[in-house]
Amino acid sequence: MIPAQFDYVRPASLAEACQELGSDEDAKVLAGGQSLLPFLRLRLAYPSKLVDIGRLADLRGVHDRGDHVHIGAMTTHDEVMRSPVVREGCPLLALTAAQVADPAIRHRGTFGGSLAHADPAGDLPAAVLALDGVFVAASASGEREIPAAEFFVDYLESSLRQGEILAGVRIPKLGAGWGFHYEKFHRTAQAWAIVGVAAAVRRSNGSIAEARIALTNMGPTPVRARAVETALQGVELGDQVRQACVEAAADTSPPADLHAQPDYRRHLAKVLTDRAVRAAAGAP
Amino acid sequence: MTVDQEVGRPRRRKEDARLLTGRTQWTDNLSRPGTLHVMFLRSPMAHARIARIDVSGARGLPGVVAAFSGQDFREEQGSLPCAWPRSGDTVIPEHPPMAVSEVRYVGEAVACVVATDRYRAADALEAIEVDYEQLPAVLDMNEALSESAAKVHETGNRAFTYRTTSGDLEAAFRDAPVVIDRTFVQQRLIPSAMEPRAVLCETDGDTFTMWTSTQIPHILRTMLALVTGVAEHKLRVVAPDVGGGFGSKLQVTAEEVLCLLLARRLGRPVKWTESRSEGNLTVHHGRDQIQHLRLAADSDGRIRGLQVELLADMGAYLVLLTPAVPLLGAQMFNAIYKMDAYEFACTGVFTTKMPTDAYRGAGRPEATFGIERMMDELAAELGLDPLEVRRRNWIRHDEFPFTTISGLTYDSGNYEAATDRAMALFGYDKLRAEQNDRRDRGDPVQLGIGVSTYTEMCGLGPSRWFGSENAGAGGWEHGSVRVLPTGKVEVVTGSSPHGQGHVTAWSQIVADALGVPFEDVTVLHGDTAISPKGLDTYGSRSLTIGGIAVLKACDKVKDKARRLAAHVLECSPDDLEFEAGAFKVRGTESQTTIQELALAAFAAHDLPDGVEARLDSDATFDPDNFSFPHGTHLCAVEVDTETGMVKIRSYVAVDDVGKVVNPLIVDGQLHGGIAQGVAQALFEEAVYDADGNLLTTTMADYLLPSAADLPDFALDRTESPATSNPLGVKGVGEAGTIAATPAVVNAIVDALRPYGINDVRMPCTPERVWRALQDRTLEGARR
Ligand SMILES: Cc1cc2nc3c(=O)[nH]c(=O)nc-3n(C[C@H](O)[C@H](O)[C@H](O)COP(=O)(O)OP(=O)(O)OC[C@H]3O[C@@H](n4cnc5c(N)ncnc54)[C@H](O)[C@@H]3O)c2cc1C
Repeated sequence: MIPAQFDYVRPASLAEACQELGSDEDAKVLAGGQSLLPFLRLRLAYPSKLVDIGRLADLRGVHDRGDHVHIGAMTTHDEVMRSPVVREGCPLLALTAAQVADPAIRHRGTFGGSLAHADPAGDLPAAVLALDGVFVAASASGEREIPAAEFFVDYLESSLRQGEILAGVRIPKLGAGWGFHYEKFHRTAQAWAIVGVAAAVRRSNGSIAEARIALTNMGPTPVRARAVETALQGVELGDQVRQACVEAAADTSPPADLHAQPDYRRHLAKVLTDRAVRAAAGAP
Repeated sequence: MTVDQEVGRPRRRKEDARLLTGRTQWTDNLSRPGTLHVMFLRSPMAHARIARIDVSGARGLPGVVAAFSGQDFREEQGSLPCAWPRSGDTVIPEHPPMAVSEVRYVGEAVACVVATDRYRAADALEAIEVDYEQLPAVLDMNEALSESAAKVHETGNRAFTYRTTSGDLEAAFRDAPVVIDRTFVQQRLIPSAMEPRAVLCETDGDTFTMWTSTQIPHILRTMLALVTGVAEHKLRVVAPDVGGGFGSKLQVTAEEVLCLLLARRLGRPVKWTESRSEGNLTVHHGRDQIQHLRLAADSDGRIRGLQVELLADMGAYLVLLTPAVPLLGAQMFNAIYKMDAYEFACTGVFTTKMPTDAYRGAGRPEATFGIERMMDELAAELGLDPLEVRRRNWIRHDEFPFTTISGLTYDSGNYEAATDRAMALFGYDKLRAEQNDRRDRGDPVQLGIGVSTYTEMCGLGPSRWFGSENAGAGGWEHGSVRVLPTGKVEVVTGSSPHGQGHVTAWSQIVADALGVPFEDVTVLHGDTAISPKGLDTYGSRSLTIGGIAVLKACDKVKDKARRLAAHVLECSPDDLEFEAGAFKVRGTESQTTIQELALAAFAAHDLPDGVEARLDSDATFDPDNFSFPHGTHLCAVEVDTETGMVKIRSYVAVDDVGKVVNPLIVDGQLHGGIAQGVAQALFEEAVYDADGNLLTTTMADYLLPSAADLPDFALDRTESPATSNPLGVKGVGEAGTIAATPAVVNAIVDALRPYGINDVRMPCTPERVWRALQDRTLEGARR
């Protein structure tokens, strides 16, 4: 298909970009284009103007900020998965980014675009949610912080306001003793997750001291599996983990689509959460 | 001088450097001065009357040159052709390229806009108004055949019923100790060539040239002339680089007809390139059968009789070969097995979906799937190893040539050898042991082993056979060989490659036949002005027929060269021996090369009587039988019973494609073919919803595997040369696809059988496997 007509601007500064966006409520940010362009081509979106933020160097790159890692919105998936800072400070994101789509898409698609797009089938939203990332939104009136738990509002809807650009995300570093895993269940290597589970687990003396679990594609937004997080506390590695994961699908409303019905997704959430937790904890 | 034999060498393809570096000529890359772009407005309804259509809103828009509805072409657009109504009772409904009064599938063209670029054309489509009066969609084949069903066409929903019987079926089933009765579903597939379809048509007011992404420039030219009334000699069809087809470009499409008519009406070049979503909707679909099979056997596993009852979904219309495709299975369900009685019946059913037609294998994958699944079911019923049951029934190698129950004569083959080799490569016994161990342990990951001992009829085909089966054309092929004055060789082939590697393979054949270097041969194709005669590429016919035509042309060139050489060397032609590109007078040093003879024939200063200038010749080849490749494919899958996920652990294919011209090309065809067969088993399905909307319009929903989803294939070969052609070749274009689907599904069912499961509907998605497993437990029963 072919997109409808739109204007195109490529601002040289973040302020200019915010200005362009603020002045036209039908304008849209263009980042890597890996989600937006398919929408345009299928005529599922009719923006008046695309504000290409691809030249904003300030939005790109990974920075070690002591107690947290700052990831610029325009950092590509490929850069995230290879970044030594990410691998050291928030390895879950490197593991997750490596499972997004295929190499071609990972070289164009951006970290910020994945999050701003707020697709619950996207892999990174769940991982950032599990890590309690803090989103930094920029606009003509300055910067605003949004906690991950408040960022994802509905299907393809974030709490970014009109005129705001996601500048980057701060990922708090977890201390020693944590292990990570992203368990993605999909039919082909390039396909989106039917269900995904992002897990961060802290072990102590052979049992689980703390766990953070978030689920991909189990509802209109990524969701934290709070019931499992609670149930896992103090659990010894082994069969007990599986028992603690039976509530993985509690409070979810998984979609029905060509790849899976809701009951199957609920079942998968349990099995995959168990697998993700055990892998994160380094248990067989 | 000794010359390396070219046939059999793993030559890298001559085509590839150009293809890989992007110096290609896809139709969409071509442009003519003043080219206009057409976009089609397509029906959003599965079935509706067009109450009103108004294109005037589009006409005034920027860049728009013209807008038309079907009504505007009513008189001249004709009806899209169906060239093979094999069953005598076939009903061929009118099929206007652009719907005039009624639409019968989502995606059917109802109007078009021609503009200075695609973007403006696409924008203007939104200004066309159509009022549809909805009619009932007809989606389910069984319902479609009921008395009360809504009708797709006034004539009803039955397109034909074809039946053929041999032997006494009733006797075979009477008192049979074992009867297996199964129903399998061949899902609908969407052929997904890498290059989307594209058409460019230009006219100078009198003659027309069409560049199109087609497998069949020759057939298309004749058909376009018949449909549109443009005189055949005023029409040139060119297939430039064509990026795959798998049967989907073996078609006379609505878009091709309309581009021609638009060019005629507007007097300017008109171009159309489909988007992937448009393609998913409107490239002809493949497969889509419900197969009811009954098999009677003795208690030792010997087959007594096989009864096949098919419903084949035609979709809304009969396009080029629609009704013939399922009937290619008529002679194939009996496969490599001996039996006393056989019956094949097939009813073609109209539904309000995209028409179906040939897709890699065309009728033969469906048949092979049916019988190979039944052989596994029979083995399970009797507690026999699936290979043992096959061994008890297949044609032994010392029984060839063998005339099968369905009337084909298999000329050669050795099923024992291929199977033994495959078992050894696969480590069959070891995997069986592991399977038993996993069952005993109740491992959540179960192992399954799938077998497929397939054959196929290919090299389509003898013209007499086509004639006897009511096809519109025969199955010969044409080749020309010209030795140029400088000794280089130019070959023209009538078969039209779209990725296969004809240029390389034909070069190898010619190099051997004429004793010239491989590099000195070039091959021209795919343009009715350059290769005036041909029947194009499908059905694994190119090498077995087109390659042989080229070889025959080489023989004629050699005959001519021999007469000239005898004249030059002043001897009798009988005294000459041909070796390494030169004629030698036996027992002397006196000789002349083919290159020298080409120059002499060009100069024509001193030609013997009856020898015409230039060293060239033409030949057509028409085989007197099909060829019958066969092989044994073995697949091991791991089934995760907790999630339903199926992973292919290993895959072995030992194929007998007769003599191999180029092992690299053969392996490539097998890799791609197996991938496509696996894709049917595990991934692909065209899904229509209850209203007849296609849901799988993008590749996010219509899943294709990539290399990452496939195992390494272990390939090997046995070689029983075909006797129906002088090279002994059999064809390999469809073998992998035909063999792989049942191998994978048999493996999945094998893994799940201890749970009491004896079928999983394709594609065997994790969800389907998981659902099949619900409320079932592993009995732990050893085989
Ligand atoms: C074939 C294919 C397969 C894919 N598979 C996966 C997969 O398996 N898993 C997965 O997670 N993703 C997948 N993706 C999506 C990919 O990860 C995209 O990179 C991502 O969804 C969007 O990032 P982008 O930079 O391309 O954003 P764009 O497409 O440019 O933008 C997406 C949306 O976000 C908005 N936006 C982008 N950046 C900002 C910003 N900084 N501030 C405010 N708004 C912004 C845009 O306006 C737009 O609405 C796939 C994509 C394709 C094409």
